[in-house]
Amino acid sequence: RRPHGPLQRYYGPSTAEAAEAAPDPTDINGPHFDPEVFMTKVRNECPLGQLLAREAALGREIRALDSDMQTLLYENYNKFISATDTIRKMKVDFRHMEAEMDDLAANMAAISASSARVSAALQDRHRRGAQLAGVQALLRKLQALVEVPGRLRCWAGTEPARALRCHARARAVLRHYRHLPSFRAIEDESHAIMADLARRLRTRLRCEKLDPKELTECVEMLLQLEEPAEELSEEFLSQAGARLEAELAALEAELPAADPSGAATTPPPPASDILDFVDRGSSAFVGTLCQLAGSYRTLFGEDTGRLEPFAAALATRYFELLERRLALERGLGDTSLLVRALDRFHRRLRALLELLPAGADAAAAVVARAARERVDRYLRALQTFFLGCLGDVRQALAAPRPPGKEGPGLPDLLATLAASVLGQLKAVLAYVQLFTARDVAFASLPYFKGEFCVTAVREGLVVAFVRWLCRTARGFADGPAERGAPAAPPALLLLLARLCLDYENSTISYILTLTDEQFPPLDSGPAVTPGPALCAEARAAAQRLLDHYVQVQGAAVAQMLRKSVETRDWLGTVEPRNVRAVMKRVVEDITAIDVQVGQLFEEGVRRAQSSDSSRRAFSVYSSSRAPGRYAPSYTPSAPMDTHLLSNIQKLFSERIDIFSPVEFNKVSVLTGIIKISLKTLLECVRLRTLGRFGLQQVQVDGHYLQLYLWRFASDERVVQGLLDEVAASAAHRCLDPVPMEHSVVELICERG
Amino acid sequence: MEDDAPVIYGLEFQARALTPQTAETDAIRFLVGTQSLRYDNQIHIIDFDDENNIINKNVLLHQVGEIWHISTSPADKGVLATCYNKTSDTKVMTCAAVWRMPKELESGSHESPDDSSSNTQTLELLCHLDNTAHGNMACVMWEPMGDGKKIISLADNNVLLWDLEESSAKAVLSSSAALEGKGQLKFTSGRWSPHHNCTQIATANDTTVRGWDIRSMRQIYCIENAHGQLVRDLDFNPNKQYYLASCGDDCKVKFWDTRNVTEPVKTLEEHSHWVWNVRYNHSHDQLILTGSSDSRVILSNMVSISSEPFGHMVDDDELSDQEDQHQEEKIKEPLQDSVIATYEEHEDSVYAVEWSSADPWLFASLSYDGRLVINRVPRALKYHILL
Repeated sequence: RRPHGPLQRYYGPSTAEAAEAAPDPTDINGPHFDPEVFMTKVRNECPLGQLLAREAALGREIRALDSDMQTLLYENYNKFISATDTIRKMKVDFRHMEAEMDDLAANMAAISASSARVSAALQDRHRRGAQLAGVQALLRKLQALVEVPGRLRCWAGTEPARALRCHARARAVLRHYRHLPSFRAIEDESHAIMADLARRLRTRLRCEKLDPKELTECVEMLLQLEEPAEELSEEFLSQAGARLEAELAALEAELPAADPSGAATTPPPPASDILDFVDRGSSAFVGTLCQLAGSYRTLFGEDTGRLEPFAAALATRYFELLERRLALERGLGDTSLLVRALDRFHRRLRALLELLPAGADAAAAVVARAARERVDRYLRALQTFFLGCLGDVRQALAAPRPPGKEGPGLPDLLATLAASVLGQLKAVLAYVQLFTARDVAFASLPYFKGEFCVTAVREGLVVAFVRWLCRTARGFADGPAERGAPAAPPALLLLLARLCLDYENSTISYILTLTDEQFPPLDSGPAVTPGPALCAEARAAAQRLLDHYVQVQGAAVAQMLRKSVETRDWLGTVEPRNVRAVMKRVVEDITAIDVQVGQLFEEGVRRAQSSDSSRRAFSVYSSSRAPGRYAPSYTPSAPMDTHLLSNIQKLFSERIDIFSPVEFNKVSVLTGIIKISLKTLLECVRLRTLGRFGLQQVQVDGHYLQLYLWRFASDERVVQGLLDEVAASAAHRCLDPVPMEHSVVELICERG
Repeated sequence: MEDDAPVIYGLEFQARALTPQTAETDAIRFLVGTQSLRYDNQIHIIDFDDENNIINKNVLLHQVGEIWHISTSPADKGVLATCYNKTSDTKVMTCAAVWRMPKELESGSHESPDDSSSNTQTLELLCHLDNTAHGNMACVMWEPMGDGKKIISLADNNVLLWDLEESSAKAVLSSSAALEGKGQLKFTSGRWSPHHNCTQIATANDTTVRGWDIRSMRQIYCIENAHGQLVRDLDFNPNKQYYLASCGDDCKVKFWDTRNVTEPVKTLEEHSHWVWNVRYNHSHDQLILTGSSDSRVILSNMVSISSEPFGHMVDDDELSDQEDQHQEEKIKEPLQDSVIATYEEHEDSVYAVEWSSADPWLFASLSYDGRLVINRVPRALKYHILL
């Protein structure tokens, strides 16, 4: 219960506890204190010392309380006395005041009586004054009416607006009193003047080029002259239309003529940049359109049945013009300029869109299309860039090295390639980000918030680029190897494999994170390609490339071995004194490949080796083993034994897949190449018939390969096993199988 | 009894040459030629008793040398041709000869294996194909469905057409053609097309596949770089006259339409080492058999480029109602190409695979260590194709 203490204190004691606490008579401060019980308790429970102490304490407390009480008494006594004095003083003052109030009431009554008298005396004169003022006003009005025609005539020429105002004021009165002949004459006259004015205004409306303000004024006046609104609105629109057409024509004049024959002739670069164009378009055309539409609304009310199609048609033409202009923006140009232009376009259009809601979608579509188009162009530019980089790499690989001077190493090339591609991608993202910058108005469109980020940038640019990269890389492995087209150099395959692998390991997730940061996708947005799917693609491409690399390099070495076996006369050969040159070449080539692969790939794990795998120990190992392998196959009486032996050996060794996928490390790659080479040697030897020295040559060659190749392979037993098979097959294919003394073989190999 | 289990037969010697007894259409019989440099070589006649799953063998001695290629006459069960190595101390020459086996072995004798091994018999030499002027013989082909009078042999860079006269006792070279070009050209393999009245053959040398018209002895088509590396073997589709399969050292099997040789129609990449042999099934050309030095035999179902891309068509006269047929065709989707089975009974490189001439559902494969394995097409697939 303890831990709940604070909580209980907060919520007050529970009822149960209150009931329990209430009747505690020993609480000296409690309401139920019972001195008897307390005393009994104390007497019973406390030892003498404590009792004495308690008594002293109680005495002290009582004394303190007594003195406190006395102090309080004194203080309160003083206050009571001063209060009594105050009350007494108040009683005296009130009696005074009553008398003065009575005086005041009497005076007030006298004042009101005299005031009544004065006003009665003045009333008559006041009425007459008012009457006179009325007559005066009437007369002035009449005067004005009489003057109306004259004024109208005077103003109609120069200040039609003033004339109108004047006429409007007079009209109601004139109409009211038209039964009086004099008024009638005035009315007729002014009517005639106004009709004349109307006629003049109409001519002006029809034939003159008015700027929008004048046009509005003119139509407004005509409306006030009660000309038919229907007809006027039509006139207004046709006049406005002519003006807007002229502006559109001016814009169009800047565009190269639409050439139906197509893109054969590239139009010359437009004279002004896009920002300028949009600027002019928006200030001239959009401004005027807005102004006119606004005037139309104020003039002809909210009924926009006629205005909307009119404005929509014009806006559509404007959009078309703009799109044509945007289409001229080929190449990459300056994206910030484009963004600013689009932004201005969108901002200026917003005013128009308030009047014309239907155009909003079209305008947004124009902007979105332009943005999308730009992103697509960036994708193409990226692809071109990548191909350019690849071209550079190929060139660097193919460039003849001056002797003694190493060209740029593969890691450098890879780093340059990866860095420049990534840098370019980042730069492109930065450019594209301008489209969604906060200060750009259209960035707040739902399209730019959601779909643009996801569909256009993430999927359309980033994902598409990575996919394309993987596909292109794969293309080097899939395409040209067939049918003898110029194949990619092996180093390039290796480089691309590493690049794809790096993409799978880190670059893709980095790029995607970067993209998602810069272009945050909406939760409800369309589904995106997940990173792992891309990674898988990159990995597949890397695997394909590396496998292809192994096959190409393996095939090169194998071809060398095959030719060397096929072209040699194995029957008539002389006793071997040397390792054949081709074997040295094979070892050299494989060492070169090892260096090449080692530049880009990790070492990889070898199968756990026995401690005797060092070179010297290895040869001991093989020599101790070799007789066991060779001996039975040379005992002529037992042809079955060899089979039995090799079959038993095979039972315990794993099946070796020659052209199998390799892992992403040096050892695995090298093992793959060595397997392909040695298997080729095996198959080729089996197709030949060897003489005694032929066999011995194979023996020497095999031993030499064993000496130098085991350290490249992940499992030296693979090399050992294949070479054993070569030796066994050679023995089978030999007419006179007398093997060379092992020490001699070793000696020849040592000698090189 | 497990009916689909493979039957394995072991030879004492290494072997590369395998052929069905082409003229035999009732009994399942294969001929295997051995390779041994130090002992007398043999031809094993393997009789397979399908019902009891028993193998009977007869052994013929082939004393002239190790056998690199063997083929049997399509007309006479007793006649066969071999390519063999004749070795002297300094030289190896591959020759070819036509042989006749003893009469009693032609249609298989059902002796017990123990007896037959004791009394081995010898082949009777009919004639040599004289190749002294032409080089090493790579293979001998019989005219398919012919009367066993015409054979073609490939010797180094020559195509040689022979007529067998006087009941095969004499081989007369009737025409020949030589492949000219830079370098040392050498045919590795060839097949005689069963189409066009047997007037075409196809040969392989290095990475190239060539077609020849044997009437004019001229080249009629040429697939340059058919494979990335050496082409090892060819076969004609028995039912589609322009279709050809090839295989080679790039581990691929490719299918060609000889009318358009720029691109293969299909490519299979299932093996993990050189593919030495490719064979169409004689009756159901969607079944493709390949043998490879990765010690595997793969049976593939290439329905999409077979003569029955929609499965087995029922003949019109078997159908009572035409409308039924229409409905049936609609239901049948084009089948998918697939690998049916991979056979891993071999432990050494497989250099030869052959379908039986008698039973279309049965095939044999031979690996270098002398192991012959007889397998059947899986039953489910067999019924799927038939029904």
